[in-house]
Amino acid sequence: MDVVWLSRLQFAAATMFHFLFVPLTLGLSILVAWMETRYARTGDELYLKMTRFWGRIFLINFALGIVTGITLEFQFGTNWSRYSAYVGDIFGSLLAIEATAAFFLESTLIGVWIFGWKKLSAKAHATVMWLVAFASSLSAVWILIANAWMQHPVGYTIRDGRAELVNFAAVVFQKFAVMEFLHTISGAYILSAFLVMGICAYHLLKQQHVEFFTRSFNMALAFGLVFSLFIIVEGDLHAVDLAVKQPAKLAAMESHWTTTARAPLYLFAVPDEKNERNSVEIGAIPGLLSFLAFRDTGAVVKGLKDFPKDERPPVMLTSFAFKGMVGLSMYFALMMIVGWFKRNRLTESPLYLKFMLFSIPLPYIANELGWMLAEVGRQPWIVYGLMKTSDAASPVAGSQVLTSLIAFILVYALLGAAGYYLIISHVKKGPADA
Amino acid sequence: MTLQTTWFFLWGLLWAIFFMTDGFDFGVGTLLPFLGKNDDDKRIMINAIGPVWDGNEVWLITAGGVTFAAFPKVYAVMFSSLYSALMLILFALILRGVSFEFRGKVESAAWRKVWDACSFAGSAVPALLFGVAFANIFEGIPIDQNGIYQGNLLTLLNPYGLCGGVLFLLLFVQHGALWLSVKTEGDLQQRAIRTSHRLWPVTVGIAVAFLVYSKFATRLYDNYMAHPVFFLVIVLTVAALLGVRLFLGQGNYGKAWIASAITIVGATFFGVIGLFPNLFPSSINPSFSLSAFNASSSPLTLTIMLGVVAVFIPIVLIYQAWSYHLFKSKTTSEDLDYEEAY
Repeated sequence: MDVVWLSRLQFAAATMFHFLFVPLTLGLSILVAWMETRYARTGDELYLKMTRFWGRIFLINFALGIVTGITLEFQFGTNWSRYSAYVGDIFGSLLAIEATAAFFLESTLIGVWIFGWKKLSAKAHATVMWLVAFASSLSAVWILIANAWMQHPVGYTIRDGRAELVNFAAVVFQKFAVMEFLHTISGAYILSAFLVMGICAYHLLKQQHVEFFTRSFNMALAFGLVFSLFIIVEGDLHAVDLAVKQPAKLAAMESHWTTTARAPLYLFAVPDEKNERNSVEIGAIPGLLSFLAFRDTGAVVKGLKDFPKDERPPVMLTSFAFKGMVGLSMYFALMMIVGWFKRNRLTESPLYLKFMLFSIPLPYIANELGWMLAEVGRQPWIVYGLMKTSDAASPVAGSQVLTSLIAFILVYALLGAAGYYLIISHVKKGPADA
Repeated sequence: MTLQTTWFFLWGLLWAIFFMTDGFDFGVGTLLPFLGKNDDDKRIMINAIGPVWDGNEVWLITAGGVTFAAFPKVYAVMFSSLYSALMLILFALILRGVSFEFRGKVESAAWRKVWDACSFAGSAVPALLFGVAFANIFEGIPIDQNGIYQGNLLTLLNPYGLCGGVLFLLLFVQHGALWLSVKTEGDLQQRAIRTSHRLWPVTVGIAVAFLVYSKFATRLYDNYMAHPVFFLVIVLTVAALLGVRLFLGQGNYGKAWIASAITIVGATFFGVIGLFPNLFPSSINPSFSLSAFNASSSPLTLTIMLGVVAVFIPIVLIYQAWSYHLFKSKTTSEDLDYEEAY
């Protein structure tokens, strides 16, 4: 089999699995730190119990996030060596900064947090968790700056057959990076809020540990409500930026084939890539796509047909990923708003609680869809407009990649099963045991 | 020139710190089935490295990241050439990391057995393979003018490569045994001390064999011949290795561990100095070798990264030192009682 395809599959598998754990690390660290701070301030033992119960989920999840993250950094070298040699001057330095400035802090202090209960005061111990939370978000900053550079390369020049850095600030502070960071981090916080609220719903439905889970629920709710509303505004602005910088992705997101002014938005459309049209189009709203992309209902939106065939991303996957993500984010905001009105009588709202319990997987799906949109929608480029994915893979044997791909799938499946088994059995036992 | 030379030695230093710190974690993991006679012993061993192993592992991420940032071409060629070996290391590290976290979470002998096996393999395999990989780099890797590797995993398992692997494994196991001599008490400590005593002559034997073998298998000594002052590094390394035995005999395990740490750093620099300016020499033709001068990043990137490292590495060292200080007391059975312990 083709090395490029196998390497893409492997990278997709490794990244998507990694990203089952990263968002919860980002969000739950903040919630746990917040709970522990409340304990440190009030001395209320219930907050301590909360810190420990949610902290344990955090730690199991954290371990999986860390070990799966290491492989990603090394895969650029093992599987994408041509890419690494071409852009390492810029991309490599961003990853190295992430390790030195953020990952060290996170990994060192998590050990202090796990083992330091008796060695540190309650306040100092809570501060350690805040620093872990800060460091993991700072990690995300650097990783997303690196990814944003692949989406929209800036601050470089081509010299001696590779991309070399000329303006570091342009790379670090570019708008695309800011938008991508805000978007990813909000998505992560929403996921964390839903996970906590869903677990709370499980126990509240059984009317057990009511005080414990009501308090936990309401903290997560306040956190999640803010970010589920924020991400809608931010996502809209992100798309406006993207419309200019990645027009092919925009066209694929909306399965928009023909260049037109007053481009419509379809509530539902099924692209037919072979015949360059949509086989199903339902609910056209004239001019809305033009408005969303360019803030002008009359604006011209370039259609896929005006991009060379070998520069179009896979339309089906890109558009479904986009629409799935947007639809889910609307649902998240709605459930948060409903929750806000029910927050004082949760146990009297079993239907809502059931919805919340069964909604736990949805933000996971939304996060993964977001990455599919970002990465699949950028194809055929690995660095947009600069380097094609097909030119980026390592000169290694397909059999090597196939072997490691199978190993990844097997090992990750087993680890995932073991990890979620641990989390679920801990959740079911409830805080009495914690 | 100066910038690239500085980065070359920084690169070596980061790998050396990784081996010095995570090295004893690998050692303790490898010793788990041999020194851990019962579940409590095993838990004490794991908890003895518990607070620090995760931070130690980041030195690897940083060493890898810095290779990417400062010498992108080396990163690309090294990691793709050593594909299978690196994948084995990665899977081993994955298993080790989760084993520590998962092992104690279920009260079942069978569950714990599985993760003990993973801890062992996840520690011993990287210890061995890092040695194999670096020894192969010392002798040169069959890469052509395009940086394409003309060999396979078995090419790496040549006698000199294996000798390097065994040396690394022994150095790390000794380092781990000394760590346990410092951090534990009672029977477990006695077993760790006995192990340190027994390992020492073997380590010395392999170390001497490696130094001699290097004369025939590599060109490392060329730099030493040109600048004899560097022989001091070898002398210091050997002295540190002798110091391990001296302090061990005196019952001063803390000092013995420090001597062992110096030995590991010295052993790494023995190779790094010999390699200069090559980072990834070609065994096919020396002109295909990747060096600090033909494979580095742009001066701007090297300068920015130097600033980053100059600011953050001292900060990292400070908070890691604080963490070591915080957990300097012995790991005892009391430490197992509280719930977050491994």
